[in-house]
Amino acid sequence: MKQKDSFADQIWTFFASVKLTVYTLVLLAATSIIGTVILQNGSPEAYIRLYGPGLYNMIQVLDLDKMYQAWWFLLLMVVLCVNIVVCSIDRLSATWKIIFPKNILVNPRRFEKAKNRQQFDSHLPMDRVARHAKQVLAGRAGKVIEKTDDAGLILYAEKGRWSRLGVYVVHASVLMLLAGALIGSALGFKANLRLDEGQTADTVFDSHTRLPIKLPFTVRCNDFQVKFYDTGAPDEFKSSLTILENNQESFTEDILVNHPLRYKGINIFQASYGASTPDEALFEITDSETGTIETHTIKNGGVVSLSAGAGNFIFEGFVPHYDFNGHNLGGAFIGRLDTTNGRNVQIILPTKFPTFDKMRKGRFTVEVKSWDQAYYTGLQVTKDPGVPFVYTGFLLMIIGCWVTFFVSHQSVCIGLEQVGSGSTRVWVAGRANRNVQSTNLTVKKLVKELKGVSGK
Amino acid sequence: MNSSLLLSAATFIYALASVFYIGSFSFKKQTFARLGFWVIVIGLVANTGGILLRWVESYHMGYGHAPFSNMYESLVFFSWTIAALYVFVELKYKESIIGVFVSPLIFLSIAYASFDPSITSKITPLIPALKSNWLIAHVITCFLGYAGFALAFGFSFMYFIKPKDPGTKSLFAKLPDWDTIDELTYQMIVFGFLFLTIGIITGAVWANSAWGKYWSWDPKETWSLITWFIYAIFLHLRLMRGWYGKDLAIVSIIGFLGVLFTYFGVNFLLSGLHSYG
Repeated sequence: MKQKDSFADQIWTFFASVKLTVYTLVLLAATSIIGTVILQNGSPEAYIRLYGPGLYNMIQVLDLDKMYQAWWFLLLMVVLCVNIVVCSIDRLSATWKIIFPKNILVNPRRFEKAKNRQQFDSHLPMDRVARHAKQVLAGRAGKVIEKTDDAGLILYAEKGRWSRLGVYVVHASVLMLLAGALIGSALGFKANLRLDEGQTADTVFDSHTRLPIKLPFTVRCNDFQVKFYDTGAPDEFKSSLTILENNQESFTEDILVNHPLRYKGINIFQASYGASTPDEALFEITDSETGTIETHTIKNGGVVSLSAGAGNFIFEGFVPHYDFNGHNLGGAFIGRLDTTNGRNVQIILPTKFPTFDKMRKGRFTVEVKSWDQAYYTGLQVTKDPGVPFVYTGFLLMIIGCWVTFFVSHQSVCIGLEQVGSGSTRVWVAGRANRNVQSTNLTVKKLVKELKGVSGK
Repeated sequence: MNSSLLLSAATFIYALASVFYIGSFSFKKQTFARLGFWVIVIGLVANTGGILLRWVESYHMGYGHAPFSNMYESLVFFSWTIAALYVFVELKYKESIIGVFVSPLIFLSIAYASFDPSITSKITPLIPALKSNWLIAHVITCFLGYAGFALAFGFSFMYFIKPKDPGTKSLFAKLPDWDTIDELTYQMIVFGFLFLTIGIITGAVWANSAWGKYWSWDPKETWSLITWFIYAIFLHLRLMRGWYGKDLAIVSIIGFLGVLFTYFGVNFLLSGLHSYG
């Protein structure tokens, strides 16, 4: 069936080589650096500003602006996968026979050159030594296989034969991870949603394509709370969300950073927040001519008359970031003074600077005394059906690495030979496919125990 | 007694240990190396005490979090993991001279934390993104991985200073034989690789619960993956292609440069989500 050097054979050999693995890994490592140095997913203007039009052309040709999704980067991953599959098939048939042999062949010759081999003479008769040896060997190394040959009795035990599968588990886990990633990018999405307190939504917008995505339920933000430490650093962001289905409230849950809401395959994460327009606020209006001070609670959009019929004050709204000569002063109330003498002034009341309006030096000074700060919550909404595959891959990878590196196929052999009358020559040796130290230790302990029962 | 005092003490104790080990190497006096080992053990005790005390202090300040939240704390913990792993390795392999290449690393990490003015040692409250049970698992596994690679780096270093056939009178005569160096380097890399793998995975699971994506190609993530690739290359070269000795030591050193860039370079040169250390 096998033709020598047929094209298919050549391809198979190409993909079955570990050299290819090494080159692919080197390329993956080297090219991955590019994406950490060159800006990713930026706008054309940003690239031209940073790198100039010439380099931007090159960046576009090679997809370096989204290089982890670029065809050539994905191709490297595909090569790695094919390499893993072909290598595994190529080697597994041989390993399989070792892992699941029809019967275990005991060959004491293989232990002759073991570095840990020890030999000593016991003054006990062979059958007594053999009885003890079987006991201690079973205790330390697993099920004992007996064999008599011309030299005497051979006792053999082994464990960890299955550990030779570990490396296949690691490689399968890589395939599992990439399969999960593929499923996620094909069937999942990542979107942003901004909800004012009290607002509901059933549609989100994909963060890359900006296309609307309909959710299988409606979400309402009941309340948003932010807590700060006394240092001013943020302590906790919390949104109370209610899920509605068919206009019925399903359930209500608080979400925090690190504590998302997961429902029907959709995950909702606390991502950001900001100040939105308060429903009402308490304003203090001072008339510098008469010295009267009046306080009014005004609803958003509401109007109050100024003292002495001088006109009206209108609460027009709220901006989360007020820009004052290029400085961001944070949230600010916006109002308007409509005085009877025809003057019409916009009033800016940054929440951080209560007396800001005094700088205007008008007849009326307005100050915000108190308000219930309202917030919007910035949510990230994601769906990723690939996650179970990825997590299975994670688990397999950890188990596989552990088995591959820390469990070995160890075998220990004890040879017993009658010497003279009532004395026995004993040798003990062990082999392992890796981590020979641990086998050496087993041999040492066995020798100690055997010498112990021999009374030496 | 407070944690800063204890950690400063640890810094000087580690410095003393390095002096002993280097002295042992230079004057070929085994006694110095034995002293150095016990000094490292004392340093490790002070280091452990400092970390635990800092943990307690954060509770007294009302913040209450594990001391793994910024560059200072991570450097102190990095020293701790290298020291702890080294003590384990010296006890297991009974080769004390190898400490000459590792003890300076232990000292440098904690000294950098204390002496760089841009690294603040103040205990600060935890930002919301770090408030997770994954913090401890992620930091411990990553730094155990880094520590394995740091030791492997220290051992690989010997390939470049030890002459092929050192005479009995040579300064390098007392260094372990090539097989031992090779075995030690490999064991440390295997240890580091397993823990880096778990570290990346815990990070991914955490990112998925904090940001809704287990992988975002953030510079920190990407560089940890690059480091993982380099050590995966090391393992394939050694186990499947039969590489050994100096050639392989070069790969181990490149790998450690990857670790250093993942740890420091990303924070200082690139920007991303992982800005806390």
